Amino acid sequence: MSSTDGTAPPDRPADGKKLELGPVGHLGDRLFSGMAHGSGGLVILIVAFVGIFLLALAIPSLARNESSFLFSRVWEPGASPPRFGIAALFYTTLISSIIAMVIAVPIAVGVALFTTYYAPKRLAAPVAHAIDLLAAVPSIIYGLWGILFFAPILRPVINGIGSALGWIPIFEKPPTADVGVVFTASVVLAIMILPVVTAISREIFAQTPIAHREGALALGATRWEMIRTAVLPYGRSGVVSASMLGLGRALGETVAVLIILSVPNANDPWNSSIFAGGETFASKIANNAAEFDSPEKTGAYIAAGLVLFVVTFLVNSAARLIVARSAPGGKRPRKIRRIGDKAQTEGAAL
Amino acid sequence: MAKRIEVSGLNVYYGDFKAVEDVSMTIEPRSVTAFIGPSGCGKSTYLRTLNRMHEVLPGARVEGKVLLDQQDLYASGVDPVAVRRVVGMVFQRPNPFPTMTIFDNVASGLKLNGVKDRKKLTEVVEKSLVGANLWNEVKDRLDKPGASLSGGQQQRLCIARAIAVEPEVILMDEPCSALDPISTLAIEDLIEKLKDRFTVVIVTHNMQQAARVSDQTGFFNLAATGKPGRLIEMGATKQIFSNPTEKATEDYITGRFG
Repeated sequence: MSSTDGTAPPDRPADGKKLELGPVGHLGDRLFSGMAHGSGGLVILIVAFVGIFLLALAIPSLARNESSFLFSRVWEPGASPPRFGIAALFYTTLISSIIAMVIAVPIAVGVALFTTYYAPKRLAAPVAHAIDLLAAVPSIIYGLWGILFFAPILRPVINGIGSALGWIPIFEKPPTADVGVVFTASVVLAIMILPVVTAISREIFAQTPIAHREGALALGATRWEMIRTAVLPYGRSGVVSASMLGLGRALGETVAVLIILSVPNANDPWNSSIFAGGETFASKIANNAAEFDSPEKTGAYIAAGLVLFVVTFLVNSAARLIVARSAPGGKRPRKIRRIGDKAQTEGAAL
Repeated sequence: MAKRIEVSGLNVYYGDFKAVEDVSMTIEPRSVTAFIGPSGCGKSTYLRTLNRMHEVLPGARVEGKVLLDQQDLYASGVDPVAVRRVVGMVFQRPNPFPTMTIFDNVASGLKLNGVKDRKKLTEVVEKSLVGANLWNEVKDRLDKPGASLSGGQQQRLCIARAIAVEPEVILMDEPCSALDPISTLAIEDLIEKLKDRFTVVIVTHNMQQAARVSDQTGFFNLAATGKPGRLIEMGATKQIFSNPTEKATEDYITGRFG
């Protein structure tokens, strides 16, 4: 506006004077950039060191191991020569975590939808907070609560499923009245991973663009139909990655599982039923921490830890990959080609 | 198909805030009616009351009557979901469902209505895409994602999706404001064609557009910020643009404000 009266605005230099543009990059920028790079590098370095530590200590024991490390169920690292394999640990770890996920994810999705699209505001916030609070409970408390209070309550459920589906090996009826079984641990794990899965799902559902939701509503969709056509497709990748993060947490959970799971008698035959006791990677290592008296024995447990490390690493990477590959809405940016694009030939599209 | 809309004494509130005050009008079947007016004058808000989409926002409510061929959309016992099946809507930004193919986008409304027969769906999808002037551009790639189309094509896809359920009325909330001039022209041509089958109501910021496409124009304005929007004048588009009765309308269409 002021330029219309013919005089130059005061902040513009007079004719002929060179503009002072200053050097590239201010001190603050460089400092912050250095710190950001440094922290990023440090994190990668720590992960690398953990991996190297595990490998270095595990390799000597693995070299002397007389059993198949991956496929044997024997665990006698103290024998001479040592014999140990992770098959049983791997099975129990995986099945307990997967059952936890199967229980937790539908509940988490339901709670997330409830708090974002169904509950009145004054109810949504307290429910969301209550779920978040579950994350603040220490895992030792979950363990104690699980074995002392929750396990006896679950007993009739276990008996019921065992009677109905007992002919399937993994549901085989419990041989003893023991309550510290894999299934109990799974249910407690499900409660433990519920907050993270719920929080991420809630976040992603709430982000569903209003344009998509209104698009569905304008077609005469009911609330549930709107959720089915707009919210769930948009949130699918987010829910998958949330489940993977939950799975990662369940795989590595130690104290609660350690307290709940009863260790099977060494002489009993191995039982694949989820209504029997067992040991996961983490509970096995924690249970036997007192036994780390020779480097060779320690190495066997560290080798088991290494497998857990790799598995959780893979699960988390898979979660990240899914998030990166399919941005919310299932859109795969790299695959989208505009039909009008001149650069695109018919062949390239196929 | 295509019904008369009669609105009388309509007030729209968001909570305690009165957004639109005392609007009465009649919209003839098989005509195009345009609403113009400055930003914030309540024309979009008012448009959304015609299919009860404003209720998406908590605290929104109306007073007054909206009759669709004598049937009150706000009578007790009328389900907003049912209203929206009869009064369709096209939005400012094209909003095809991103995970669905072009075919599924058009079929989505029918599927919500429980139509499963593939033959029937294929039939309606083709008819709707033809009706939206999009068939020739997409007929070979119906299985491609709707998001792979250009902005203008996406908007016509959304129109195809809206007409697939055979509504009586189609509401358009600034349907061209996110589009380039060529795509805008395509939509305007389409609006002309839609008029044969539907009652069309369009909100636009573009006065030339209102002049080009509509039979009837309503001018909305508000006395001051924070005051409710009102319908200042409504009449045949020719008359509104050549010989408006109200001073405010004349000032607006001649570009003296707004």
